[in-house]
Amino acid sequence: MQKDRQRFLMRFGDPAFRSLTLAFTLLVLMMMGALVYVLIEGSWPALRIFGPAFVWTSGWNPVTEHFGAFVPLVGTLITSFIAMLIGVPFSFGLAFFLTEICPHPLRQPIAIAIELLAAVPSIIYGIWGLFVLAPLFQHDVEPFLIATLGNVPVIGMFFQGPPIGIGMLLAGIILGLMVLPFITAVMREVFVSVPAVLRESAYGLGATRWEVVWRVVLPYCRKGVVGGVMLGLGRALGETMAVTFVIGNAHHLSTSLLAPGTTISAALANEFTEADGVIYTASLVGLGLVLFVLTFFVLAIGKRMLLGSAKGGLA
Amino acid sequence: MNRQVVKRRHRRDSFMTALSLVMTGIVLFTLGSILFTLIWNGLQAIRPSLFLESTPPPGSEGGLANAIVGSLMMTGLGILIATPVGIFTGTFLAEYGRHNRLAEIVRFVNDILLSPPSIIIGLFVYGIVVIGMGHFSGWAGVIALAVIAVPIIIRTTEDMLSLVPDALREAGAALGTPRWMVITRISYRAAFQGMLTGILLAVARVSGETAPLLFTALNNQFWSTNLNAPLANLPVVIFQFAMSPYDDWRSLAWGGALLITTAVLVLNIAARLTTSKKA
Amino acid sequence: MNNIHDLTETAKPSASNGGIAPDPQHPEKIGVRDLNFFYGEYQALKDINISIPDRRVTAFIGPSGCGKSTLLRTMNRIYNMYPGQRAEGAIMVDGENILAQRDLTDLRSKIGMVFQKPTPFPMSIYENVAFGIRLYEKLGKTELEERVVWALKRVALWNEVKDKLQQPGTGLSGGQQQRLCVARAVAVKPEILLMDEPASALDPISTAKLEELMEELREDYCIVIVTHNMQQAARAADFTAFMYLGELVEFGPSEQIFTTPANERTRDYVTGRFG
Repeated sequence: MQKDRQRFLMRFGDPAFRSLTLAFTLLVLMMMGALVYVLIEGSWPALRIFGPAFVWTSGWNPVTEHFGAFVPLVGTLITSFIAMLIGVPFSFGLAFFLTEICPHPLRQPIAIAIELLAAVPSIIYGIWGLFVLAPLFQHDVEPFLIATLGNVPVIGMFFQGPPIGIGMLLAGIILGLMVLPFITAVMREVFVSVPAVLRESAYGLGATRWEVVWRVVLPYCRKGVVGGVMLGLGRALGETMAVTFVIGNAHHLSTSLLAPGTTISAALANEFTEADGVIYTASLVGLGLVLFVLTFFVLAIGKRMLLGSAKGGLA
Repeated sequence: MNRQVVKRRHRRDSFMTALSLVMTGIVLFTLGSILFTLIWNGLQAIRPSLFLESTPPPGSEGGLANAIVGSLMMTGLGILIATPVGIFTGTFLAEYGRHNRLAEIVRFVNDILLSPPSIIIGLFVYGIVVIGMGHFSGWAGVIALAVIAVPIIIRTTEDMLSLVPDALREAGAALGTPRWMVITRISYRAAFQGMLTGILLAVARVSGETAPLLFTALNNQFWSTNLNAPLANLPVVIFQFAMSPYDDWRSLAWGGALLITTAVLVLNIAARLTTSKKA
Repeated sequence: MNNIHDLTETAKPSASNGGIAPDPQHPEKIGVRDLNFFYGEYQALKDINISIPDRRVTAFIGPSGCGKSTLLRTMNRIYNMYPGQRAEGAIMVDGENILAQRDLTDLRSKIGMVFQKPTPFPMSIYENVAFGIRLYEKLGKTELEERVVWALKRVALWNEVKDKLQQPGTGLSGGQQQRLCVARAVAVKPEILLMDEPASALDPISTAKLEELMEELREDYCIVIVTHNMQQAARAADFTAFMYLGELVEFGPSEQIFTTPANERTRDYVTGRFG
């Protein structure tokens, strides 16, 4: 008996186990298919009415049932742009510090601290923005910006209106803070992966630290750095909780960055459970579809680049 | 040697170094201040009632007991569902699918699923489970969290199994061990710590997720462990209470935020310790 | 089966076989007939014919990339793990063509293998040795223990590990790990032992111990070893085959190969005049 069982397992164990793992693999594939299907099916009532123009039409009126994705889409792009404007140079500065300047015994602890901060849930950044940064912006930063930059031609139009704290600028800054540890972690990882001989030979020629990083390290792992930035951008585009607290959720486009606005994810978080009417709900799902397509491409490009540069195994 | 040139180069280097120091200072100060505010405000909310009483109506005393239990239930069950899916799929990718078209596609899909906006996962599970059941429920929250955890577990499982040297698999096969036993008895053992780390990281990631729960588990003001009904959970409670105008609620939100952050950080550190022990 | 054997035998009398006289005490254990091996499009072995005697040590030598490891890896069909690798021809073990054999489990119970780097499984020393035994036999606790002890004694490892059988195998030194792997292979009671550069990762003392072990084991097993170390082949092997660019150049008693090789390339290689 025992022996038969053993024989049986020997012979049929393999196809059985392989099929088991294959079944779960197919399940994951189906999950992706279902995700796309649900987004399309859910937004269909809205897409049928508004057509592709949904993407570039503005207007968000639940009463007249007229919806367009333009305002939240632009809000998403602007806040993410601000986030990158802050996140990328600061991450680079930090990665430069961590790989070339920082005294050796401190490198590991700081790097670990930054990686841990990348794991802090985004809702924490959100409430900090709401309770700490928003009042500071309202009373000090924004009046100062309005008084100074507000009077400069052209740039001035971005800094108009009453200082209320919450708005596009604050949302972008919080987003930037949130993606910063993540991008820094990826950049540091790619910088460290540069072969030591390359670094050493550059120093051997008498290059300064800055020259080593700017002329040797950065060109060597350009792809990895861009990949990391794209992944950070992917996060910023879809981030919900860090933004929703401080964006103000106003479906209305203003040139001033100080004015409240909305993003796709914030609109979803604020309105989805309260939406009544088929078209309203479908329009919100449509927003989700737009966001999904957008992040899909950004993430796909980011992954490609990270894979292209060395074997980067980072999330 | 042109002294002028060298001088200019060194001046630029000093400037950039100083700039990098300033940037690092600003970032560390800001991130430090986030943690400080969190701990300062959070500690004021931590008292026994936080763990013993359920979420109160505005203006009265209460705690987060229902939300803590709800979060634990959903995270636990979500990981319980995600673990086999993630491990078996990761196994397929690393052991059977090295030069396989299907595996290549799944690997790509998984990379995308690894970091999509989590709010979209919320929409997805809403479309399938909430509409299917006809109402918001704890189960929908469980499934949303599982969907988020699966790609993380797949990725670490595949990575860790790929680190197992082929020589070990060959040695197993040379003894006449069937493939499935080579995988379950040898590869899994060799990769155990790494795979465990992946699961811990998935728990950490999932326990702070808010967006996907907004449309699935929703929230429940009262004590409940019924997974077929809306279920309270820390992230959504924090969201709602923080946005409210009531001081009691805001204080509870800080308390909850501190709990979640502590849990997430502890899990991440534990994950780090499991891998570093291996090295 | 026997027909095929005869056909291949007569179809192509091999010039490269070195012509070892059949020895009744050491009859052919492995007979390779017209073997061609491919990694996808690339042909790694060309028309190999060789007859490997039982209860003797046979060494394959040659520059890296000559196909010596590939040849070894056909003998227990470990190459089957990788898609795109295939063998044509025949390898007769005890008169049966193993390339046509379907049950690899049986084949591998008969043929043990030791690898370039030690490959202790991630489990205790005891479990490492017991692992293979459990695949084939259902032994009681005491019987299993006896067999494990027997195998460890057989490779002269028992005295070094008897107090730490429950500790992980990875905790041993490189040389001990390699002998543990030999014990693991021997425990299954195979008839053939394949060794793929088993000493290349070892220090000189461990290497000497391993060679002693081979000397000891050849009384009971047909041992085939791949090595890049000519002194090792000269010391440890009864027969030596020299391979070059996927072909078997010369095969004969080690003494002859290393002192009076018939082929010029063999001479160049064993005297170290090789490019």
